[in-house]
Amino acid sequence: MSETGTTRSLVFERQMKHPPEKVWRALTQSHLIAEWLMENDFVPKVGHRFTFRATPLPGWSGIANCEVLAVDPPHLLSYRWGDGTESASGLVTVVTWTLMPRDGGTLVRMEQSGFRTPDELAFKRMGKGWPRVLERLEDVVGRVDLDA
Amino acid sequence: MHVPPDHLFAALADPTRRGIFERLSRGGEQSVRALTAEAGVSQPAVSKHLGVLKKAGLVRDRRAGRETHYSANPKALAPLVAWLSFYAAFWSARLDKLEELLERMDQ
Repeated sequence: MSETGTTRSLVFERQMKHPPEKVWRALTQSHLIAEWLMENDFVPKVGHRFTFRATPLPGWSGIANCEVLAVDPPHLLSYRWGDGTESASGLVTVVTWTLMPRDGGTLVRMEQSGFRTPDELAFKRMGKGWPRVLERLEDVVGRVDLDA
Repeated sequence: MHVPPDHLFAALADPTRRGIFERLSRGGEQSVRALTAEAGVSQPAVSKHLGVLKKAGLVRDRRAGRETHYSANPKALAPLVAWLSFYAAFWSARLDKLEELLERMDQ
């Protein structure tokens, strides 16, 4: 876990014994993605909008509305994960896969960035309802980090 | 406006309250009477549970004549969803599955 500015990222790195081209197929072919990640209508084309679908959780619809941001086979794949409508928290993150050839296999790196801190979320929600924010100015002043 | 997560956990720790909240989440606004019919406890008990849920921000009430109607406010759950830890566990498990898939795939 790392922190940059007001958001946090998750990073996973794993050495896999398969070549980058093969890992790339598993990351980019819809039926293969479905086998390890989620049901989807992914197409490896920049700008393509797609969804991942899983079982809903309390506070999460089970759907992630995504968009392909970068495709550079077999090195880099990036997609926006979510559009803020799926959960009450309004979470939107970016998932980036980087494949590096190493020791006859691949070093697979997954970074999910854009996790905001709870205070950030609270502030964002307030921003959507200015009348309410004004009504509760004291509450807002008490909560907003003036350095942010 | 913002309820500490502790209050949310406490409000949802009770199975009857959780049941009431889930019914309101799925079924939309309902009167205390309708909720009592399904809850299997007395109306005063249901009202008390609704009071705790309301304090936690999980339900809203609306008076209509002699009856009070309650509806769910799922947004109140947001602080409970700790997304970082959720996704940490999620990706760890999915990467395991990815490796299993790679084993099964042809070159």
